[in-house]
Amino acid sequence: MKISNLHRLVQMAATASVAMGLAVSAHAQEEPKLIINGEQEMITHAIPPAYIDGLSESISGWVFRTKETQALELDDFDNPGMIFVDQAQELWDKEMGPENKSCASCHGDVSSMKGVRTVMPKFNEKAGELWTLEDYINDSLTTHMGMEPWGYTSTEMTAMAALIGNQSRGMPMNVAIDGPAAPYWAKGKEMYYTRTGVLELSCASCHEDNYGNYIRADHLSQGQINGMPSYRMKNAKLNGIHARFKGCVKDTKAETYKPGGPEFHALELYVASRGNGLSVESPSVRN
Amino acid sequence: MKRTAFLLIGATVAFATVAAAEVIAPDDVVFNDDGSVSTSLTGVAGDTENGQKVMVTKSLGNCVACHQVTALDYAAFHGNIGPSLDGVGDRYDEATLRGIVINAKRTFKDSMMPPMYKTSGFIRPGDFKGHSVPNPPSILTAQQVEDVVAFLQTLK
Ligand code: HEC
Ligand code: HEC
Repeated sequence: MKISNLHRLVQMAATASVAMGLAVSAHAQEEPKLIINGEQEMITHAIPPAYIDGLSESISGWVFRTKETQALELDDFDNPGMIFVDQAQELWDKEMGPENKSCASCHGDVSSMKGVRTVMPKFNEKAGELWTLEDYINDSLTTHMGMEPWGYTSTEMTAMAALIGNQSRGMPMNVAIDGPAAPYWAKGKEMYYTRTGVLELSCASCHEDNYGNYIRADHLSQGQINGMPSYRMKNAKLNGIHARFKGCVKDTKAETYKPGGPEFHALELYVASRGNGLSVESPSVRN
Repeated sequence: MKRTAFLLIGATVAFATVAAAEVIAPDDVVFNDDGSVSTSLTGVAGDTENGQKVMVTKSLGNCVACHQVTALDYAAFHGNIGPSLDGVGDRYDEATLRGIVINAKRTFKDSMMPPMYKTSGFIRPGDFKGHSVPNPPSILTAQQVEDVVAFLQTLK
């Protein structure tokens, strides 16, 4: 496209937005940068893997939030999600269950978890199935500590996922979709493009075809999961990946899937792969 | 006086019966090749006031979630997923508007716009709570569709 045409388009878009009383998209202007604690810069824009046909650029959900919400993720003292990370740190070090073991008894300092989030979910050879971070946490609790598993979307689980995710903050997401993971990825992709519910909407309807647009007051992002778990202003707590998926499926007036169930496992792998290259932000702040 | 009241009630009952009998069910709607629907779903003229209400009410049409409409500016936060509906009464005739509201995918292939008068052929239909609803009601009633179509025709 010729520069002059592009310019006109941007101008038209700006005029339209102003007419509608919406903020002018910051896209043509300077993009704000996500630098945490004044030192660690997150990758908020990445070239998606070649196997993702629907996106020319992967963009973190942070970019689509208001200035006020964005600011909360810039500093760990302002990030309400960090309270839960601190709680999970206590759990990490706490001796629990019949064998009186803590996570630290086997793994030492939680910094040993660096890099783990970037490859989740991944195929677990021993179990012969795709495992999420939550599955690995529950396996440790039950197999190594003799405890009952935590609820998939429970407070402890989501906080622990945030603590472990936080060790990889800044590192690019890098899930594998080949080999034994391939069938899960294919299923997840099919789900992503299937229009469900009485509203007949797919994930792609909102997060691929319309990111950057407004659905009522909601500024649509690409629905990326590199920031998960995410502290949401809406419910003032940390929210995990499957809980968020469930909310979005409900919004299409559809029968949702069970968090922790096989469908959301497959969908998680596919959605994660759309954000390969974006920095892990756990815990992110969203509205 | 008494007699007039009696006559009126009689008339209303008769009218309601006739109207009910004439409502075209979602599965019986006949679309023209271009997706338009020529016949009124109820035979009762649309009420533009109620049409507006349907368009701004979240639990009903919630049209402003996706469309900007200057005449409905009093309802905050119009989305921009679909085109502005300003002037839509000039762009399309009644039958085309009716078809778009009933099931926009008949007019615009693969449109994101949800079907407002459809009750079958869904994948995993449910409610906003995520529960399964195997036989969901249409989002709008036949008369609400006619009311919306009447209001859209005033957007000139
Ligand atoms: C009707 C529109 C709609 C559909 C369909 C939809 N979403 Fe969303 N989604 C939203 C809105 C609105 C938000 C909150 C704003 C944003 O981040 O886009 C959101 C947020 C998200 C987020 C959080 C992003 C972040 O940065 O924290 C994820 C992840 C997500 N959606 C995934 C999905 C998936 C997967 C599907 C399909 C199963 C889906 N969505 C279907 C509207 C939708
Ligand atoms: C979830 C989004 C969404 C909702 C809700 C929605 N629409 Fe639409 N509508 C669209 C899109 C997208 C188009 C553009 C057609 C296409 O897909 O090519 C459209 C097109 C239209 C058009 C044609 C406009 C033109 O100029 O071509 C009319 C009329 C219309 N919609 C009316 C309505 C009415 C009335 C309602 C509510 C009862 C409604 N829409 C609800 C998304 C939506």
